[in-house]
Amino acid sequence: MSAGAILPLRLEDVVYAARGDPIINSVSLEIGAGPSTIILGANGAGKSVLMRLMHGLLAPTAGRVAWNESDPRSVRRRQAMVFQRPVMLRRSALANVVYALALARVPAAERHRQALEALGEVGLRHLAHRPARVLSGGEQQRLALARAWALHPEVLFLDEPTASLDPGATREVETIIKAFDAAGTKIVMATHNLGQARRLGDEVIYLQAGRMIERSPVERFFLQPATPEAAAFIKGELPWA
Amino acid sequence: MLAVIEEGLRRVFALDFELWNIVFLSLEVSLSAVLIASLLGLPLGAMIAVGRFPGRQAVIVVLNALMGLPPVVVGLLVYLLLSRAGPLGPLGLLFTPTAMVIAQTVLILPIIAALSRQALEDAWREYREQLRSLGAEGLRAALTLVWDARFALVTTVLAGLGRASAEVGAVMIVGGNIDGVTRVMTTAIALETSKGDLPLALGLGFVLLTIVLALNTAAQLVKEAAMRRYG
Repeated sequence: MSAGAILPLRLEDVVYAARGDPIINSVSLEIGAGPSTIILGANGAGKSVLMRLMHGLLAPTAGRVAWNESDPRSVRRRQAMVFQRPVMLRRSALANVVYALALARVPAAERHRQALEALGEVGLRHLAHRPARVLSGGEQQRLALARAWALHPEVLFLDEPTASLDPGATREVETIIKAFDAAGTKIVMATHNLGQARRLGDEVIYLQAGRMIERSPVERFFLQPATPEAAAFIKGELPWA
Repeated sequence: MLAVIEEGLRRVFALDFELWNIVFLSLEVSLSAVLIASLLGLPLGAMIAVGRFPGRQAVIVVLNALMGLPPVVVGLLVYLLLSRAGPLGPLGLLFTPTAMVIAQTVLILPIIAALSRQALEDAWREYREQLRSLGAEGLRAALTLVWDARFALVTTVLAGLGRASAEVGAVMIVGGNIDGVTRVMTTAIALETSKGDLPLALGLGFVLLTIVLALNTAAQLVKEAAMRRYG
């Protein structure tokens, strides 16, 4: 790891519009190192788009997304993202992790060992030589996490990583996310699952119709939401959480 | 008619030297052309699938149109390039198997590039965000895509091979159908039919069909086995 940190990440009046419709509307916030951040909101609130703006997969229509580091290569290499549906290459689980390490310019001699270590971290070492695409949904998501783990990112974005998983696989994924947190990686996760937000989050950013409505520590958010919108969301969602 | 077929088959199985010489040259020319056109065409198709650049739509339209290039026109253009007065005349390639490989490569390059572009564009929709997130852009992303879609691209390459092994016009013009040097299956069939040696023409036609069928069967089996294994 080089000396300077890429965090904090600053969003200034960020707007993202598709065909004239604003999906993210004038969001300003700062994401610093440390406590894990949960982006909470209903389907269609703009969570995924906000994550993609932060991760650099989308360019804002207006406003600014700025990291504490000007070299875009360095910024790209020190963050990772895990999507709701992981995309695996048609090669072995191990080779998928090695591929990510190669892109991150890890020396060839080191890749194999580091990839195996990352697979061990998510409990997939025994499946290292299995083709990645025939793994189960839960295993693929853990493989996506191993691929991120191998990169030792400073920030890990997770876009509803357990939305298509069963409870058992969800638990395993959550355990790994906690391990990232414990290892000092900043977690930024989008979810609409309140239970998961409570289990994994330190603070909540509540999003509704593309706007940031509220940002509070997780305990306070659930016990005493500051806004009626957040209160209504918690009340409406709780029975299914 | 039956006697003609019988004589044709007899010459195939009698390992008629002339016949098999023609068969091997055909395979050599067409497979070389497919190899070169694939090495150039697959990355080209992938770059167009992955890239976003001005004039992209125009490039796609032109490429699709070039799929329908008449072989005789390609033959004529390559002939002009390679003829003694042409820009590549000094190389002395006209009426050699190399000239035939060049002509067939030109003929099927657009087919392989256009069909792979189409196949890879669908795959790219699935991969785009993940690869960008990992830091794969441009040529690197394109090559990753080609390798990952390798089983789907088998069909693309076969389309090119089918076109190359079936065409007469281009190899006839730049090869000259010289006996023992540039005579391939299709030009031989055309010639022998007009000369009236129907058994040889028919025997060659039989071999041509069998080879094309065998290659397609093999490719399909490999593709299916690989798909099952890699998902």
